[in-house]
Amino acid sequence: MSSTLVAIFSMGFLGAVFAGGLVLASQKFAVDVDPTVDALERVLPGINCGACGFAGCRSFAEGLAEKKAPPNGCPIGGNDVTTKIGGILGMDTGSANNRKVAQVLCKGGHTEASIRAEYNGPMDCRVANLTQGGDKGCTSGCLGLGTCVESCFFEAMAMNDNGLPLIDEDMCTACGKCVAVCPRDIIVLAGEEYGVHIRCRSEALGKEVRKVCTVGCIACRKCEKECPVDAITVVNNVAAIDYDKCIVCRKCVSVCPVNTIEAQDGKPIVKQKKVG
Amino acid sequence: MKKKSFRGGVHPEYAKDLTSEAPIKTLIPPTEVIIPLQQHMGAPADPIVKKGDYVRMGQLIGESNQVLGAKVHASVSGEVMAVELRPHLTGRSVRSVVIRNDGQDTPAFLERNCDPIQLSRAAIRNRVAEAGIVGSGGAAFPTVIKLSPPDDISIDYLIINGSECEPYLTADDRMMVEYPEDVILGAKLLAKACDAERIIIGVEENKMQAFHSMHKHASSHGIDVVLLDAKYPQGGEKQLIKALINREVPSNGLPFQAGVIVHNVGTALAVTQACRDGMPFIRRVVTISGAGVNDPSNYWVRLGTPFKEIIATAGGFVGEPGKVLAGGPMMGLAQFDLDVPVIKGTSGITVFRREDSKPLDPMPCIKCARCVDVCPAYLLPTRIEAYSMNAMWDESVEYGAMDCIECGCCTYICPSKRFLLQWIRLAKNEIISAKRRQTE
Repeated sequence: MSSTLVAIFSMGFLGAVFAGGLVLASQKFAVDVDPTVDALERVLPGINCGACGFAGCRSFAEGLAEKKAPPNGCPIGGNDVTTKIGGILGMDTGSANNRKVAQVLCKGGHTEASIRAEYNGPMDCRVANLTQGGDKGCTSGCLGLGTCVESCFFEAMAMNDNGLPLIDEDMCTACGKCVAVCPRDIIVLAGEEYGVHIRCRSEALGKEVRKVCTVGCIACRKCEKECPVDAITVVNNVAAIDYDKCIVCRKCVSVCPVNTIEAQDGKPIVKQKKVG
Repeated sequence: MKKKSFRGGVHPEYAKDLTSEAPIKTLIPPTEVIIPLQQHMGAPADPIVKKGDYVRMGQLIGESNQVLGAKVHASVSGEVMAVELRPHLTGRSVRSVVIRNDGQDTPAFLERNCDPIQLSRAAIRNRVAEAGIVGSGGAAFPTVIKLSPPDDISIDYLIINGSECEPYLTADDRMMVEYPEDVILGAKLLAKACDAERIIIGVEENKMQAFHSMHKHASSHGIDVVLLDAKYPQGGEKQLIKALINREVPSNGLPFQAGVIVHNVGTALAVTQACRDGMPFIRRVVTISGAGVNDPSNYWVRLGTPFKEIIATAGGFVGEPGKVLAGGPMMGLAQFDLDVPVIKGTSGITVFRREDSKPLDPMPCIKCARCVDVCPAYLLPTRIEAYSMNAMWDESVEYGAMDCIECGCCTYICPSKRFLLQWIRLAKNEIISAKRRQTE
């Protein structure tokens, strides 16, 4: 009997001492956490993709609280998250849609572009580009080995049968991984409302482009003349579109003799451009 | 006698006997030469001629004011047909001067010197720059930059690289056999230009004829000719320095930091021709070899000669060609277009038959560590490959990716046929471009 009591009291005493120690420690070593950081972290997607440029969602939230990061810095979250962040920080983030999606600026797949050599190296565009520039006849076009698809964190990309990457715009979060990984720099981020794209980046002369690709830009300048808002300019033998000016009227699409300019279905004409 | 060597390396099939007995013949200059304005490591030169101009043989046609630049000269006389982008053996198009040969070879050389060794140190350096000489071993580093180390560094050794470890190639071998006096004069001029105290010529043991030829002529000049083990990559700068004088070039460093300067036999010959005969770097010895050509041989080729002319002179292809390499099989660059011209760094053309060039089918790494054993740069190729495949660039730097000399021993020895070098090269490239982005 007495041994049971001794055990109960001694264990109880030790328990009380340790509990007291823990209470003291928790008060003395307490870390002040900015409650806004916790609140911000809760509204962020929490997938730690790093597209904001910070080490993860927590560190982006800390950046926001310290005003080092812009409220629209999370490309994955889009408008919803930006509005919520604005709410927590008491800032007006506006209501403009700034969601972007990736666009592949090359149409030269197996059927359109020529092959100049046999490539037997690793199936990676970056390695192929370093190995004598790969097997494609065009030295600016898509190498078609799918390094961008592998890099996509959100399963928004796939290679189509023609050997070109296909982007699922609903899944795309504009994280920019594919843009960074592409050795030919043919992937860009464009606002999702823009439905007209000049899908060629070749700076070679028109006759050289014709030799290697049936859909490459030959710099004929027809689109440049046709554009009512001067959104298209031909620089270095290739037409480039300024998305900020484009109103998606599709006039350039019909005049392009080589079909380089492509219009996407379901993207209406932008009637008014935002000023400034 | 134990021959000098370095740690690691491989013994590929050298196949040098195809051309090692073939005297250097002169290739008839083609009707049209294509002279790329980038034939060296560094920034391309700017053209100073335009379409329709008449140029003479040896006339300056491209100049560069960049630090890493080299002058480019016309290799024939005739009319400039175009200054435009043309295929280049790096796989990209490079601005080139196309000259239609008038067959006259009207020269526009630099001043001749019957006794070039009397030239001052600055005069030799100046002449090397004027003649557009770059390292003719393959990397094509501008020679004058190698000759001008920082003032506080003293160079005690000049090494003349006659090892020619790349299989199939015999251009350096034949130069040592046929022009030993010119090579030695070039070595003495180079030594004077960089104030080197001693000159060593390293020759691999599979070139005994060249060794004896050099030995006979060098001894009266106080130049050592040393026999080296026949092993690839014995001709790598760092490997050669380790083998001959047992010094190591610091990581990420250049040979002058170890007090050494290394020049190729071909470079020495070009220096002699520039200083004595006033001839700019407009021709070089090219080996054409391999089972894919009918008549493997060595030729004096004018720079800008298209590959197809050389292949035609060498009797054309045997059957269907599988692979045409600019250089040898270990480090050569595969070509897809036979219109590419010979440039300053093209030491050979190797042609393999279709049946001999099989694509590799990589299998998983079996952790045999053979790549580690053969790596002459003391790296772990398989680790760097794995990091590179997973885009872990910082870790690849830690494992010394930047010290890789891209010799390809790891890929050659790998029993699983993995693309080790290709992945390591990707890591190097990514690291360099990240650094460039940071400084911008």
